[in-house]
Amino acid sequence: MSEQVTIRPRNRLLAWIEERLPILSFTASHTTGYYAPKNFNVMYYFGSLALLVLVNQIVTGIFLTMNYNPSAAGAFASVEYIMRDVEWGWLIRYMHEVGASMFFIVVYLHMFRGLMYGSYKKPRELVWLLGMLIFLVLMAEAFMGYVLPWGNMSFWGAKVIISLFSAVPVIGNDLVTWIMGDFFPADATLNRFFALHVVALPLVLLLLVVLHLAALHEVGSNNPDGVEIKQKKGPDGHPLDGIPFHPYYTVKDLFGVGIFLLLCAFIIFFEPTVGGWFLEHDNYIPANNLVTPTEIKPVWYFTPFYAILRVIPSKGFGVLALLASIVALFLVPWLDRGKVKSIRYRGTGYKVALTIFAIVFVLLGSIGAGKTTEWIPEIFGPNADLTFIENTFGRILTILYFGFFLFLWAYTYFGWEKTKPVPDRVTVAEH
Amino acid sequence: MANEEVNQGRRRFLAGTTAVLGGVGVIATAIPFIKSWEPSARAKSAAAPVTVDIGPIESGQMVRYAWRGLPVFVVNRTTEQLADLPAQDPRLKDPKSENTDQQPKYCQNEHRSIKPEWLVVIGICTHLGCVPDYKGEVKPEPWDPEWKGGFYCPCHKSRYDMSARVYDGVPAPANLVVPPYHFVDGTHVQIGVDPTGAA
Repeated sequence: MSEQVTIRPRNRLLAWIEERLPILSFTASHTTGYYAPKNFNVMYYFGSLALLVLVNQIVTGIFLTMNYNPSAAGAFASVEYIMRDVEWGWLIRYMHEVGASMFFIVVYLHMFRGLMYGSYKKPRELVWLLGMLIFLVLMAEAFMGYVLPWGNMSFWGAKVIISLFSAVPVIGNDLVTWIMGDFFPADATLNRFFALHVVALPLVLLLLVVLHLAALHEVGSNNPDGVEIKQKKGPDGHPLDGIPFHPYYTVKDLFGVGIFLLLCAFIIFFEPTVGGWFLEHDNYIPANNLVTPTEIKPVWYFTPFYAILRVIPSKGFGVLALLASIVALFLVPWLDRGKVKSIRYRGTGYKVALTIFAIVFVLLGSIGAGKTTEWIPEIFGPNADLTFIENTFGRILTILYFGFFLFLWAYTYFGWEKTKPVPDRVTVAEH
Repeated sequence: MANEEVNQGRRRFLAGTTAVLGGVGVIATAIPFIKSWEPSARAKSAAAPVTVDIGPIESGQMVRYAWRGLPVFVVNRTTEQLADLPAQDPRLKDPKSENTDQQPKYCQNEHRSIKPEWLVVIGICTHLGCVPDYKGEVKPEPWDPEWKGGFYCPCHKSRYDMSARVYDGVPAPANLVVPPYHFVDGTHVQIGVDPTGAA
């Protein structure tokens, strides 16, 4: 939780400003005055890294708009132009493209951290909810961004995702036409996606990030022990196990930033498409409304949810399940009735369930990415019933995915969980 | 002035009516913005009917045309393909084309067409809008050893028979859509306009 720090600058100009707009006091309250638990581990890098990637996306995005042409006739060529003719255009675009995927890597790890240490539990439910809203807006932002180059995968990805809305009863088909502004993804669609991608959604995203941080700074950060540090305060009024965010965690986060940027630079300079994972091969072909790519698949970060849609043999239920798979994450703070936050002191059942959940998520991703289509003939021979095996496997995984949430509720509601005693103070490794 | 008693009921009434009136204003103002997302006059006019020459299409062959930016498949079905159609009925979701949204009334028949050999359908999978592949050959396929020809969607493996009727057990919920069309003469079809007399 942040403490109110009042700064009285000796410099007369700064003092004059501070009396009218207490910006130095505000900054100090949220940096040197923000006491964070002293036992953060490596899982606590991803929040600040997400913020870093957001800044990268905004800055590189602004420079991309300077040369990008949001029209069905000119979009693909303008991206080629950025890549070939604009000075350093390739670097700016690759930073934006790799940044998008890194955003999801960082956000998924950030969310997993929350599940590990119970960071969604009282009093941090709103921090989790706002974070989930950020995730939702981020998915919309990433989807629309992927449409902009107007490659064939952009076009067909847009078509498939917009068609999901046709599952809405009665108004479905009109809704699809309304979203596209035409009878197929066309100029109008591209233009409105551009507007949403570069103006509307980033504004919403920034607002949500501010609220996410404001809520966090009100209740204070959780930690790997799940102990509330503000319950044990020293004579100075500061938490005994808390250290000021600045300079301690700014320095720690800077180290994380260094490693992270090293990794990003490696990808950007040596393998910017990551073999079709960050940027699909079919998107190097201009959009063609009469020819579908041999396999329409989303970029890796949507594949687990896409797999759930794919293995359900009914359009309505498929879309519902896709929706439910995300809504379930929103509900975690209320499904989990357990009082113990951290996985360190939770029952074995939770540890096993969370591990299975993480594996299921990755395996669902492999189905959504079309990997199982390659693996099944290798494992079961060329004559195997691909559809049947893939659907069965996918449906089992889907049941396990939802099973995690059901288990989490039952496990804690009926008191089956055998927790370990939680220490009074945070634990730190001996040095 | 400051000590005057506050009339809470009146205050609530004024706040309430202001909120309601303001809300109506906001909704009314939102309408033009929402309507601006509808297809524009230009997009609608680009959706005009097209006339195509089907003369060169050989028996068993499929040709795709664009209408409203949608791929329209025109297939010249062989007698063998036509003969296999009734046998597929038990394996289909909607063998009798009872879902009237998927075809005009004049195509609600076994062949889902005006003339038995000529199939005209919009090549957009009813699952999520991909373009299915035409797999007209009667031969065992990986997805069906008893394949009698039809359409196969590469995206999510939905399958349709030679009348574009959807098979059971695939994600697509309905048969492919038959657009309004009519024969101008023996070898020309106009897509987008019903035959005269039919509606």
